[in-house]
Amino acid sequence: MSQFLMPSLGADMEAGILVEQLIPAGEKVHRGDIIAVVETQKGAIEIEVFEDGTLSEWLIETGTKVPVGTPMAVINGSAKMLSDVPDPTPEVPQPTDPVPPPLTPEVPQPAEPLPIPAIPEEPAPTPDLPELEQRRKVSPAARRKAAQAGIDLSTIQPVGGHIVTLADVVVQTDVKQSEASSGSNLSPMRAAISAAMSRSKREIPHYYLAQTLDLQAAQDFLTALNAERPPQDRFLIVALFAKAIARALKKYPEFNGHFEDGKFVTSEAVHLGLAINLRGGGLVAPAIFDAETRDLDDLMASIRDLIQRVKSGSFRAREMSAPTITLTSLGDRGVDTLFGVIFPPQVAIIGIGTPAPRAVCTARGIEPRLSATITLAADHRTSDGHRGALFLNKINASLQEPETL
Amino acid sequence: MTETSAKAVLIRELGRIAPEIEIAEIDPSGDLREEFDIDSMDFLNLVTALSTALGLEMPEADYDEMSSFDAMVTYLDQHAR
Repeated sequence: MSQFLMPSLGADMEAGILVEQLIPAGEKVHRGDIIAVVETQKGAIEIEVFEDGTLSEWLIETGTKVPVGTPMAVINGSAKMLSDVPDPTPEVPQPTDPVPPPLTPEVPQPAEPLPIPAIPEEPAPTPDLPELEQRRKVSPAARRKAAQAGIDLSTIQPVGGHIVTLADVVVQTDVKQSEASSGSNLSPMRAAISAAMSRSKREIPHYYLAQTLDLQAAQDFLTALNAERPPQDRFLIVALFAKAIARALKKYPEFNGHFEDGKFVTSEAVHLGLAINLRGGGLVAPAIFDAETRDLDDLMASIRDLIQRVKSGSFRAREMSAPTITLTSLGDRGVDTLFGVIFPPQVAIIGIGTPAPRAVCTARGIEPRLSATITLAADHRTSDGHRGALFLNKINASLQEPETL
Repeated sequence: MTETSAKAVLIRELGRIAPEIEIAEIDPSGDLREEFDIDSMDFLNLVTALSTALGLEMPEADYDEMSSFDAMVTYLDQHAR
């Protein structure tokens, strides 16, 4: 038996609201099935299950807001019999592993880890406490913290079991603070961006590089290709960018991965985050999975599908937490140059400005060629400018031979 | 195909992509992408939708003739005849 937890969709997420239970209790589920919809600061997100089995019980009602890591449902693994499920009391989750299962098996858990669970201490009996608190058991450290923060202990769902620990109270405090700050004048989306970007600027020693991309060959290649294609099969140049970046990362893996808890773990797969502007304000940067293994048609279809789903508000939890590097490009009517802010726990973000014809000196003289500025903002803890420059050169070189992409 | 119906299809599809923008408030001769705040992906989706709805090829080479709302209406009208 395992529990299905409120996932963390990024460093800036502290809590979410279960808005839909898509699978009723008692039904079979398969790895990859979408079983719930969760409302977060970034909008409603579909949540997948990561094992086969039976959803034996929902632990929280729809409409309930709970901290990241809170069990939402009990999944009975396929190998187990239904009768193995203990009869959990409705409002108290069963004690199981305190560590949430990884959201994605192939990348390191990108989310901010839950605060280290405090070792539960036996609370001293306090005669004048309300009945509920006595029954629930609260560690003394948790009780102190709750008193300081003005949190009602009876509202806390212990993550690890029946005992309310310091970690539970800390999570609840963060939720309360973020609610308070967003209540002032920031929308939830702005509060989420603010949290992630503030953390980035506080923790990540950025360095920045810029270079000019010659895009004439890439554009000529696409023009010829698109001339024979109906609109639904046409390419945008972003597909070539994605492929060139994914390829270059194979050679320069220090820009692809997650830096967490003082350790950098490179990712074999390139889950390329695409910064997508939302109408009505804000942006999200969900992933195109395994960009390095896809051909151009497949990449373009995935990019189109992702952007369409983001704009209609139906993207998945995995897509939000998986990116190992991000590409931000302001399309064809933006700016010359943009320097990105790295999304923690990633270590690099690539910016591509508006492609435009510019006078370029070549061996043949001065020619108008389509070009754009590419920039790299990278984490100095994991790489240096020298490697960054080689990485950008490699991307530019790939784009000079678009037929090989 | 009359101009009105090509125009109606265009308005419908623009409404799907940019629901918050009032047709009455845009400059019909201004840059289509600026007026509707649409990027290259939105524009490709618009062309795809129009091409499907009206049975047109709308090749990339013709994109220059689709640069404003009015220009697009004229283009659709001419090619859908």
